[in-house]
Amino acid sequence: MATRATYLDWNANAPMRPEVAGAVSAALRLCGNPSSVHGFGRRARQAVNRAREAVAALVNAAPEDVVFTSGGTEANSLALRAFSDRRVIVSAIEHESVLAAAREAARLPVSRDGVVDLGALERGLVSDPRPALVSVMVANNETGAIQPVAEAARIAHQHGALFHCDGVQGPGQIPVDFRAIGADLLTISAHKIGGPMGVGALIVRDGLPLLPLIKGGGQERMRRGGTENFLGIVGFGAAALLAAETEARQNMTRLRDEAERRLCDIAPDATVFAHAVPRLPNTLCVAMPRVAAATQLIALDLAGVMVSAGAACSSGKVARSHVLDAMGVPREAADCAIRISLGWSTSAAEIDHLVEAWGALYARTRASAA
Amino acid sequence: MTAAIARKSNQPPVYLDYQATTPCDPRVLQAMLPWFTEKFGNPSSITHAYGREAETAVERARAQVASIINADPREIVFTSGATESNNIAVKGALRFHRQFGKDHVVALATEHKCVIESCRAMEREGFRATYLPVEPNGLVHLGHLEAALDERTALVSVMAAHNEIGVIQPVAEIGAVCRQRGILFHTDAAQAVGKIPMDVDAMSIDLMSISGHKIYGPKGVGALYVRRRPRARITALIDGGGQERGMRSGTLPTPLCVGLGEAAALAQAEMVDEALRLLGLRRRFLAGIMRLLPQTRLNGDPEKRLAGNLNLSFPGMPALTLMEACPGLALSTGSACTAAEVEPSFVLRALGVSEDLAAASLRIGLGRFSTEAEVDYAVETLAAAVKRLGAAGVTSALAGTT
Repeated sequence: MATRATYLDWNANAPMRPEVAGAVSAALRLCGNPSSVHGFGRRARQAVNRAREAVAALVNAAPEDVVFTSGGTEANSLALRAFSDRRVIVSAIEHESVLAAAREAARLPVSRDGVVDLGALERGLVSDPRPALVSVMVANNETGAIQPVAEAARIAHQHGALFHCDGVQGPGQIPVDFRAIGADLLTISAHKIGGPMGVGALIVRDGLPLLPLIKGGGQERMRRGGTENFLGIVGFGAAALLAAETEARQNMTRLRDEAERRLCDIAPDATVFAHAVPRLPNTLCVAMPRVAAATQLIALDLAGVMVSAGAACSSGKVARSHVLDAMGVPREAADCAIRISLGWSTSAAEIDHLVEAWGALYARTRASAA
Repeated sequence: MTAAIARKSNQPPVYLDYQATTPCDPRVLQAMLPWFTEKFGNPSSITHAYGREAETAVERARAQVASIINADPREIVFTSGATESNNIAVKGALRFHRQFGKDHVVALATEHKCVIESCRAMEREGFRATYLPVEPNGLVHLGHLEAALDERTALVSVMAAHNEIGVIQPVAEIGAVCRQRGILFHTDAAQAVGKIPMDVDAMSIDLMSISGHKIYGPKGVGALYVRRRPRARITALIDGGGQERGMRSGTLPTPLCVGLGEAAALAQAEMVDEALRLLGLRRRFLAGIMRLLPQTRLNGDPEKRLAGNLNLSFPGMPALTLMEACPGLALSTGSACTAAEVEPSFVLRALGVSEDLAAASLRIGLGRFSTEAEVDYAVETLAAAVKRLGAAGVTSALAGTT
C-alpha cells in the first residue's frame, strides 16, 4: 500500500466536510447523553427544522416541500413509484435507481456528448397523449454532462406531463434551482455534497399529492414514515449551507481542466467523454486506449490513487457503462474508460499524483506493446 | 409544584420513554465516529482501498446483527429503519407471492401502525387482509390465528414484543404453525431484539424487522432479516444499483451500519444482566404505584412482557393532564410516531379497554440508563399528581372534547 493516498472518487462518495462532522458530533453528544433525552426531543425537532430550511434554500425550494429520505435512491424510487399510473419517459443515461424504478419507461436518446435529445422528448410526448412523467437528471454521474433540465421541464409541462429531476450530482458544484427548473419533483443526496451517508430528500412541488413508498407513523407530512434520521438530517443541513457557498468557487474546474490537459499531453490518443459540452466542474471521464478500465483501476489503486470505472453501486463490479453505450461510444473505447472525480479539498499535489501514476501505467503499456 | 421529592429545577426530566427511542450508547458513538469522518469510502467502491475498508466495516456490522438473532450474515439486509423493514416485508412478500395465487395477509389488530398501514395499502392493490383481534391480555389466541389462515394466505405478521403494552407474543408457536402450512412468517422485532432472546431458526421466522434506535444505536438505520433456506422471496421496494442482493438499493451508510452492529453486539453481551436489572426496576415501579394508587390498572399481560415496559391506566385521570402535571417526567401515552395525535390508543381499545380508561393511560418505558432513584422519584411524582388533580376535581370526563 502506497503511503500517499489520493482520493478522486468523489462522485461515489464525498468525504464529510469537517464543519459537517462538527455539526454531527455536536448532535451525537446531544443524543448520546441519556439524561438529556427529553429536552432532546424538542431540540431535535428544532434542529431538524433548521436543516430542512437549509436544504430547501440550497435548491431554492420551500421547507415544506422537503421530504427527507434515506438517500437519493429512495427519493428516486419514491418519485417514480408514486406516479406509476402514468407512463414514464426517462433519458437513457439516468442513474440505475431511476432506470430500475421504472423498468417499462421509454428511454430518450442522447447526443454523442451525452446530452439528452429534447426533440425526442417532444416527439414522445406528442405521439402518445396519455399522462406522462418525465425524468431527466441535472448532470450525469459518469461523464458530468449537464442536462437541459429547465427546457425539458418546460416541454413536459406543455404536454401535461409531470417533471422529475434527479439532482444527486450538481448541488455544491453548479446552482440547482427547483423553481427556476420548474420541476415538480427533485431528488437530492447528502453524501454527494459532503454530508453524511444514509440521508437524502425528495423536493415535492406544493400541492402535488404524493403516494408514500414507506408508510408509517405519518412523519414528513404523511409522505414518508419512520423515525427521522436525526444525525443524518442535521449533517445534511450543515452540508447544504456549505454547498451553497462552494458553488461560487472555481478551483475544481481549474484542477480538473489541468488534469485533463496533462493526461491528454501524455496520451494524445486518449478520449475525453462529454468534452464538448458543459460539464460538472469536478468530473473527468477518460479512456486510455487499449488498457482495460479494471487494469487502470488496479494500477492506480496500487499507486494510492482511487478512482472508479463508473457508478459505484452494484458490488464494485466493473460492468459496461449504459451511459457510454447510449452515447454510441464504441465498445473498445468504453471498456477503457475511467471516471476521475474531484472535490472541494482536492489539491494540485493530488492531481500530480494522478498524472504520475496514470502516466507511468501508460508508458509501461506502450513499452510492452512496442 | 408539590412533588414529594425535590429535584433541582435545572435537572432534565427523568426519561421514561424507552419504547419511543433510546439514547445512543456512548460506546456505539465511539465506534461510529471514525466512519463519519476520516474513513469515508463508499462500501460498494471495492476497486480502491477506501471502499474496501468501508466494505469490511459494513460486513462486520452485518455479522454482528446476524449473530444476535442466530442468522447468517447473508440474510441481513440493511434498511433505513424498522418502518422501512416492515414496509418491505409486508408489501414485498405479498407482491412477490401474488403470482402464485396467494393474496392474503394476516396481522394482529395491534400491530405497529406501519404494518397496519402497509396492509391497508396492499388492500388498495387488491390483496385481502385479516386484522386478528387479541385477547384482553394483548396476546394472540393461536387457535384464532390458525382459523384465520387459508390456502391463499401468503404472510402472517405479528409483532414479537409490543411497543405500547410490552406483551411478548408466542413467536415460536406462531412460526411453527406458519412453517407447517408453507406460509411466510414476518415478525416486527423492533422492540424485542436485544431485549429478549430471538432466534430465527428456533422460532421459524422468515422475515424480521430490526431497529437501530430502539437498541441504543443510531436513528436512520435498521435491518430486515430475510431467510435463505427455505428462501423467503420478496419484491424490492427501492430499486437501483442492486445493493443488498437486489433487495434494497442505495449507498450503504457505513457509520449507521457500524452503529447498528455495535449496538447489537452490546445488547447481545449484556441482554441477560440488563433484563434482570430492568425487571427489578419494573417490579419496584409497579409495587410503588399500587401501594400509593391501588386503583391503578396494568394493561397487557403482567408476566409475558418486556422487562422495561409498563402500561398503566389511572381511572378518572386524563393522561394528557397528568403528563402536564409532571414536567419532571418524560412520559408518553403510546406510540410516538404522530406526536400531535391525542386520540386514545387503538391498541388499548383492541384489548377491550374502554375509551375513558384508554384516555387515562400512560406508557412507562425503562431502559439501560434508568436508575432506582429515578423510579422512586417517578412513582412519588405520579402518585402526588394523581392525588392533587383528583382533589382539584379533574376527571377524565372526556377532556378531549374541549
